[in-house]
Amino acid sequence: MKHLKLTAGALALGTILAGPALAQTELTMWYHGAGNEVESNIINQIVADFNASQSDWSVSLESFPQGAYNDSVVAAALAGNLPDILDVDGPVMPNWAWAGYMQPLPIDESLIADFLPGPKGYWDGELYSIGLWDAAVALVTRQSTLDALGLRTPSLDNPWTGDEFMAALDAAKASGDFEFAFDPGMAWTGEWYPYAFSPFLQSFGGDIVDRSTYMTAEGALNGDAAMAFGEWWQSLFADGYSPGTSQDPADRDNGFVEGKYAFSWNGNWAALGALNAHDDTLFLPAPDFGNGPKIGAASWQFGVSGTSEYPEGAAAFIEFALQDQYLADFSNGIGLIPATAAAAQMTENYADGGPMAVFFDLTEAQALVRPVTPGYVVAAKVFEKALADIANGADVADTLDAAVDEIDNDIEANGGYGHM
Amino acid sequence: MTKGTKLTQSNRAGWAFALPGFGLMVVFIILPFVFAIALSFTNQRLISPNPTKFVGLANYQQLLGLGTITLESERDENGAIVYDEDGEAQFPRLRGYTRNNPDYPRIDGMREWFSWGNEESRTYVLARDVVFMKAIVNTVLFVLVVAPVQAGLALCLALLINQRLRGINVYRAIYFMPVVVSIVVVSLLWRFIYDGNDGLLNNLLSGLTFGAFEGRDWLGSPSTALGSIMVMSIWQAVGFHMVIWLSGLQTISPTLYEAADIEGAGKLQTFRYVTWPGLRNTAVLILIVITMQAFALFAQIDVMTNGGPLDSTQTIVFQAVERGYGKQDISGGSAISVILFVIVLTISLIQRYLTREKN
Repeated sequence: MKHLKLTAGALALGTILAGPALAQTELTMWYHGAGNEVESNIINQIVADFNASQSDWSVSLESFPQGAYNDSVVAAALAGNLPDILDVDGPVMPNWAWAGYMQPLPIDESLIADFLPGPKGYWDGELYSIGLWDAAVALVTRQSTLDALGLRTPSLDNPWTGDEFMAALDAAKASGDFEFAFDPGMAWTGEWYPYAFSPFLQSFGGDIVDRSTYMTAEGALNGDAAMAFGEWWQSLFADGYSPGTSQDPADRDNGFVEGKYAFSWNGNWAALGALNAHDDTLFLPAPDFGNGPKIGAASWQFGVSGTSEYPEGAAAFIEFALQDQYLADFSNGIGLIPATAAAAQMTENYADGGPMAVFFDLTEAQALVRPVTPGYVVAAKVFEKALADIANGADVADTLDAAVDEIDNDIEANGGYGHM
Repeated sequence: MTKGTKLTQSNRAGWAFALPGFGLMVVFIILPFVFAIALSFTNQRLISPNPTKFVGLANYQQLLGLGTITLESERDENGAIVYDEDGEAQFPRLRGYTRNNPDYPRIDGMREWFSWGNEESRTYVLARDVVFMKAIVNTVLFVLVVAPVQAGLALCLALLINQRLRGINVYRAIYFMPVVVSIVVVSLLWRFIYDGNDGLLNNLLSGLTFGAFEGRDWLGSPSTALGSIMVMSIWQAVGFHMVIWLSGLQTISPTLYEAADIEGAGKLQTFRYVTWPGLRNTAVLILIVITMQAFALFAQIDVMTNGGPLDSTQTIVFQAVERGYGKQDISGGSAISVILFVIVLTISLIQRYLTREKN
């Protein structure tokens, strides 16, 4: 790599001598979207536009499948082969920043003043990454279901309370029309659990770790609020409201559309499918379990690798990519929520009155990023296992205590993850 | 000159030919092995700016730490045992003793593994890492069931197809097919077979019993999950061991069978006195190979259950990967690998001792 850079440098030098018009410095960039043709076309277009727009930098793009992306970055970092520009999943960013895989992003922050909070990746008081989009989750159901069950339609200003939500599930269960009343999506293991379910915990008043210090999970994940959340979570499965951890992934993908579930907890990426199947599909805000309705935030974002010699070049590319037009392109192409209101107006689905505009409002009103700490990566795994175990009938207090111990041990083993 | 020096000095071409093989083995087997042992005594993380420190046996203590505590059941003011609504004697909660209780520093942070006792007192065995303990138990259980059953089944299949019949090769191919298919694909397919709602197995059983069989969630229930994975694993690899048995069978000289025939030996006697002694070395090989493969159980777990439900399918290798890579604790994962190595080595040595040639 070093050798390559040397040759690239020598080449650049050569071209400077030959003629300034061709003096572009090579920047490498990695992206997680290999295998998705639409997504690849959009990112390739941005790269081509950028390279044509100025004469200092030339970005070359390499795409990886999402499943192998994080592993590739870690392996490359250990081998000292990181590219200049990285894309990174929002909650993972502090981990990479702390480990030195990323450096602060030197872009003009007035450019992102209008951005939703989720796509802005701050760690340790500095901006490390910025996303062109966000993702949001909603309680998906149908107007006809609400009418048949005699339920009021909750709104952003007036969401369901926890009791109203459970009454709705009871009504759906009692109607006998559905296999299950509520599909939280247990088949989607991995990051879905902390992304989709920790907002429930936060709405109860708990959290994965104590965000005031980030030094412990004690009290946050096993306090009274978390216990109440755990009991509620267990009741969803024990009382037959929801399909458990052995849910068939095909049912997760199609169960709501096929009418097996009355309510589904699902993201904006699945919204178009649901709308195409049923015109009266509704995207309702999260229920309020006492501490305000909450949903997760932060998706994939761009940043500069820690070893890049040209952070100003990387920043120039990222600033270029932040144009509303590209935000809208990504949204139109793969259904993501554009990061600015102006870009949202340029899209088919998120413009005022568009079928998915509600997701933009949900993100604006309810979004809470996952804990901003390098320890999140491990805490998320622990949280996922605790939730699966509780769903399968494990004792709530013991399971949450064990999760707290494991998270605290990990924080201690990592010297506090730099939060001291 | 002695033979040794001739081997090292005069045989340059030989060593040159061996070098690529040796080199690869050193880089990909011996070095990682040495690394694993060395890292297991440190606090090395996968991703961390903190310097690596030597921590001695801390990783092993964390994994293998055990403790016990005996608790008296709760009594009301009259001294009578308190019962809960299910009629079980009530005991104080363990978390009162294992969490932040300065009177019990030795069991701080431990969790209940299992317990026994009567209505008056219960003894709890606590483990610092209950999940790892369950992983060891599950893995051993898996080996104890899979090794004999898979070897026996493979021998039966080998005996069945070791005949000169028309089309016997078709059967050989059929039995061998699951071995060729990737274990990931096989695991995905069996997930559909075991599906709790409308899986193939549930449909089949309910059809065979004319609807009397109530469908069950094979992988979703702690009582059936490990058994389901055992059945699927045995089915998947039985063809491989069948082929090894078959090669063993074909090394037995036909003249021995002719002699047995002439002596008037029955089928069972022929098997007992001709076939089985002739398969001795094959049997040792197969048992050791199955044992080692069974201890390495990982892909099925990763695809089908992720160790759940309720840790009923946790295994040692799954824990090593989960900890070392998923939770970025390379030293902990290395310690698990070393423990696994010691277990497998011990068992292989015992197997070799038990099956040694007796003079």
